[in-house]
Amino acid sequence: MKTNEFVLKFANVNGSGSASANALVARAIFRMGVPVAPKNIFPSNIQGLPTWFEVRASARGYLGRREGIDLMVAMNPQSWDDDIASIVPGGYVLYDNTFIQKFERSDITPIGVPLTRLVNKRFEIPRERQLFKNVAYVGVLSALLDIDVGILEEMIARQFRGKDDAIRANLEALAIGRNYTLETFDCPLDVRVEASDAVGDSIMIEGNAAAGLGCLFAGATVAAWYPITPSTSLAEAFERYCSRYRIEEETGRRAYAIVQAEDELAAIGMAIGAGWNGARAFTATSGPGISLMGEFLGLAYFAEIPVVLFNIQRGGPSTGMPTRTQQSDIISCAYASHGDTRHVLLFPADPAECFEFAIEAFDLAERVQTPVIVMSDLDIGMNDWTTRPLAMDPDRRFDRGKVLDADGLDALERFGRYLDVDGDGIPYRTWPGTHPEKGAFFSRGTSHDEYAGYTEDGTVNVRVMERLLRKFDTARSLVPAPVYGQDTLGATLGLIHFGSTGAAIPEALEMLTNRRIHVDSMRLRSFPFPAEVADFIRAHEKVFVVEQNRDGQMRSLLINECDIDPARLVPILIFDGFPVTATRVTELIAAAVGHGSAAGGSEAA
Amino acid sequence: MSFVSKPRFHHPRLPRNSLGLTRRDYEGAMSTLCAGCGHDSVSAAIVEACFELDLPAHRLAKLSGIGCSSKTPTYFLSKSHGFNSVHGRMASVATGANLANCDLTYVGVSGDGDTASIGLGQFAHAVRRQVDMLYVVENNGTYGLTKGQFSATNDRVSVGRKGQRNAFEAIDLAVMAIQLGASFVARGFSGDKDQLVPLIKAALTHKGFAFIDVISPCVTFNNHYGSTKSFEFVRDHEHSVLATDYVPYHETITASYAEGEVIDVTLHNQCRLRLRKLDSDYDPGDPVGAVRYIMDRQAQGEVVTGLLYLDTGDEDLRGKLEMTSRPLNSLDEDALRPSPEVLEAINVSLR
Ligand SMILES: Cc1ncc(C[n+]2csc(CCOP(=O)(O)OP(=O)(O)O)c2C)c(N)n1
Ligand code: SF4
Ligand SMILES: [Mg+2]
Repeated sequence: MKTNEFVLKFANVNGSGSASANALVARAIFRMGVPVAPKNIFPSNIQGLPTWFEVRASARGYLGRREGIDLMVAMNPQSWDDDIASIVPGGYVLYDNTFIQKFERSDITPIGVPLTRLVNKRFEIPRERQLFKNVAYVGVLSALLDIDVGILEEMIARQFRGKDDAIRANLEALAIGRNYTLETFDCPLDVRVEASDAVGDSIMIEGNAAAGLGCLFAGATVAAWYPITPSTSLAEAFERYCSRYRIEEETGRRAYAIVQAEDELAAIGMAIGAGWNGARAFTATSGPGISLMGEFLGLAYFAEIPVVLFNIQRGGPSTGMPTRTQQSDIISCAYASHGDTRHVLLFPADPAECFEFAIEAFDLAERVQTPVIVMSDLDIGMNDWTTRPLAMDPDRRFDRGKVLDADGLDALERFGRYLDVDGDGIPYRTWPGTHPEKGAFFSRGTSHDEYAGYTEDGTVNVRVMERLLRKFDTARSLVPAPVYGQDTLGATLGLIHFGSTGAAIPEALEMLTNRRIHVDSMRLRSFPFPAEVADFIRAHEKVFVVEQNRDGQMRSLLINECDIDPARLVPILIFDGFPVTATRVTELIAAAVGHGSAAGGSEAA
Repeated sequence: MSFVSKPRFHHPRLPRNSLGLTRRDYEGAMSTLCAGCGHDSVSAAIVEACFELDLPAHRLAKLSGIGCSSKTPTYFLSKSHGFNSVHGRMASVATGANLANCDLTYVGVSGDGDTASIGLGQFAHAVRRQVDMLYVVENNGTYGLTKGQFSATNDRVSVGRKGQRNAFEAIDLAVMAIQLGASFVARGFSGDKDQLVPLIKAALTHKGFAFIDVISPCVTFNNHYGSTKSFEFVRDHEHSVLATDYVPYHETITASYAEGEVIDVTLHNQCRLRLRKLDSDYDPGDPVGAVRYIMDRQAQGEVVTGLLYLDTGDEDLRGKLEMTSRPLNSLDEDALRPSPEVLEAINVSLR
């Protein structure tokens, strides 16, 4: 019996309107109290190519991606053979038997439903026929999996609120599929959902929406962006929430500015201009945009201007795999731009952390007066996750950092923009317009002295560059500390992971323990690395660094920044663009310690 | 550059403006440009304009890209915050700054290389967006700072210092600005301060994108015989279409002119511009006519200067974005952050 522990997969044609129907199923299972991890595996295409939607349900709360499909909703003839092959023995395939299909496999159970025939009997318009076929298979699934149809009906009613005709038609389509299935098959299957309270107070949200909300609560007022998958939905979410919560009551006008820029150069330029002028500003982009923003990031680093950048990473290099996930911009972000530069990076692991780190990022950027890059990815950003509720300390005030007002300037003999007054490497800044006589300075990317004056004096430049290092060191104590997997403390093997990979780690650790491989784990949450990161590495003979890129970029960064013997750090690399599975992590680690079957430490599927 | 630093004391009889400030109060650091560089005259014109407008210097922000021209904000208004950004990208930085605080005046200074080549895209979009700022291009037809390569504003008939031919069509930034919807477009000449100062005053007062293309000869790399951006050529071929008088709101206009020769325009701050037609054919409210006129004259080898186009009706970017009239950078938690109850309601809606 696979109650509340299964993977459901939908194979569809892109552009056929399947995404919202599939999401409905995932959300209904969540509403029944079962943790779910939906993964939208979509092509870079608007219409016609194959697209998949996986829903893993796990009462145990293992929400990494899992291969081995228990029930395949096979609606795409193009991908039929591969889809059938991915079903586990004893699994099921739901298909439209209006068009007959023959089966090669006898170890799976076919469930043929004449979806097209049933739907076409009731609906006339071609687009409606297509859309309601999707809703009809949701009805079929509600019967097969024992999903509470009341929840589905309520969700449909909520989605189409105010459009009674649409509600009626959707409910009818739902019933067509459900009734046929109840009459024809023995329901439910042994793959099924049972109401539970395993989700607790969790919510379901995409990382980009959570980050957009984080920007709202962080007091971001200026956003400039250029459309690029998978970051677009972050800017759009910010706009959506601002239009609801940031309208000036008395005037109806907006307490924010969002500009769709002409390119990423302009987007980051605007954010920097706004940050320089005292507003909390951000941009959101992905790999290609990061490359374009390089020069500006160097300027913000050197001129010490706060700015927040969300990098929703996708498959690289170049245009790469725009709709697949990766963590392959680690080095290019940590050291973005020419010359000696370093940037503060935050690595959220789920949407709740996207929200929290968005708030953190604006405080850090202003406290440290530097760019802060939030390193999310497509998996976190564009998929719904079962995640902790969004949380914010109501007493927390914005940390605007060291900004002098007119009184602060009056109290000074002489203002020096880049003077290290407090010894922490962080100087004081002023916003334009503060004081008629004092505090004006010239921001520049050219070498400058402590008073922001242009200088070609090499010793002054060395002084400024060394202070910037001191400042980066101060950041080390301000950024979020790593978190640890608690169960096996004291093992000789360690594992470092970060970001979306975290979803697969608890399950991988269990699998490894079952194979008698005991591993301590640490999840990195920031760069610069807090001191305890090196301590963790030194406390273990070998540390696996699990990451979603080819070159072991985080491993290189650790070696470089923590002065670690490279032999201690074993790369575990998964970069096929799909969210990481616990099985894959386990196999690669087992192979690396000589317990497993897979060869080598890296793998490109 | 000149090595004589300016004395900082104030002569008691120096004229003062209504803020009690002298011209000195609007000056900047000593220029490091070549002696005679046109750009220094533009800086002087900006100083004069701000002095005459009684502008509090700290309420103005000056931004630039990279180039000799882009260095000049250091050489005027030392009490203003300045931002020397990256090559060709001043427009975006100025746009962001403008959104952050609606209460300051923004002046961007750029070069023809900075704007017409690497920054052409950002320039075009700042114009389209109607960013409320004065955008000055100090146009010398060359890349001064990198030692004299042709720029994209260099005319086809213009030859290089060593006789090199220029094979490529020139970009006329003023024409482009009119086409892209700038609401204030002018062309000046660094050698004609009488014309330039009122243009800058009007542009600083104008709400919306004000563009001034100032022909500003590079004495080192592009001031030879055969260059159409040399002092001599521009002086001989300048054709001014409108004389612009800036009339503060407390003054009355006394001089009288024949009908049809004068256009009075009220600006955002209730000050007026009195435009005197030097060519009765010219209508600064007609973008198509303006572009045709400029191109016709250009074909005859003339450089049309003066206020070329003015539209006081369009909204600026902040208006287009329906923004609050309060500076965004002045808003605190109470204005910006929804309550914990809202956050809880959001969580509930996601269950
Ligand atoms: C990205 C980049 N490319 C090239 C340069 C080199 N560079 C500096 S100034 C300049 C041209 C400046 O020409 P212009 O804007 O006309 O200014 P001018 O010196 O003539 O006043 C160039 C190409 C640079 N600073 N940055
Ligand atoms: S090189 Fe040309 S543009 Fe640059 S300072 Fe000298 S004269 Fe001016
Ligand atoms: Mg030039």
